[in-house]
Amino acid sequence: MSGHSDFRAQVEAQRPYLVRYASLQLRDSHAAEDAVQETLLAALSSPAGFAGRSNLRTWLTGILKHKIVDAIRRASREPALSVDAPGDDSELDSLFDQRGHWNEGPATWENPDASLEQKQFFAALEDCLARLPTKTAQAFTMREHLGLETGEICKELGVTPTHCWVLLYRARMALRQCLETNWFGK
Amino acid sequence: MMLSCKEVSRLVSQGLDRRLGFGERLRLRVHFAICGGCGNLEQQMAFLRRAMRLRSLRDHDGP
Repeated sequence: MSGHSDFRAQVEAQRPYLVRYASLQLRDSHAAEDAVQETLLAALSSPAGFAGRSNLRTWLTGILKHKIVDAIRRASREPALSVDAPGDDSELDSLFDQRGHWNEGPATWENPDASLEQKQFFAALEDCLARLPTKTAQAFTMREHLGLETGEICKELGVTPTHCWVLLYRARMALRQCLETNWFGK
Repeated sequence: MMLSCKEVSRLVSQGLDRRLGFGERLRLRVHFAICGGCGNLEQQMAFLRRAMRLRSLRDHDGP
C-alpha cells in the first residue's frame, strides 16, 4: 500500500535531523542512534498517532524527547559515569572574594535581544553549551530545552533538589561567562 | 542581614527554578538597588532562558 510506504519514507527522511537533535542532548552518538531508532519504531508502529497533526518533524521530536529522558534515566542508574564534581559550587569561588563580592562583576550587555536575530549567536551558544560538564549540561537542557520542572530533573538524574539547583546554577554561571567572553565581549 | 553577591547569584538562579519567598524577593530588590553587577546577572540569566527557548524553536525549522 503506497500510503503506508510514503509514510515510512517521510519518517525515515527525518532520521538525520533527529540524530543531530538527540546527539546534542545526549552527547553520545550510540545512545543518540538508539533513541532515534526507538522513536522511528514507535512512530511507524502507530501512524495513527500522527493523524490530524500538521508537522511530522514536531511529532517525531515530541516522541524523541521522551526517549531521550528514558536514556538519561537509564544512564543515571549506572554507577559513577559522570565526571562532574560533587554538589558544591567551590569552583565558582574564584569569581568572588572572601566576603562574597564579585572579583569582576558581570558586565552590561548592549541590547542582548538583538543577538537573538543572529545565526552566529546560536553557534556561539552551541559552543558554550558543549563546554559544560556532562551532568551540568543534561540538567540545564532538561530544564531549559525540554522544559522539565526541577523535581523531575532530580528524579531523572538521581540527585537531591539542592544538587539539582547547584547544577543549574553552575550551568547558568558558566554560560553567562562564556557568552560574555566569546560573544558580547567582541 | 545583607546578602553577598555570591548568595544573590545563587538565589537569582533558583528564582528561575522555584518560586522565591517574599523575603527572598525583597532582599534581592534591595541588593539590586545598590549593585549593578548583580542586576546585570539577573538580566543575563533571564536572557539565557529566552535564548534557549528560541534555540528549541529554531531546531524545528532546521534543515
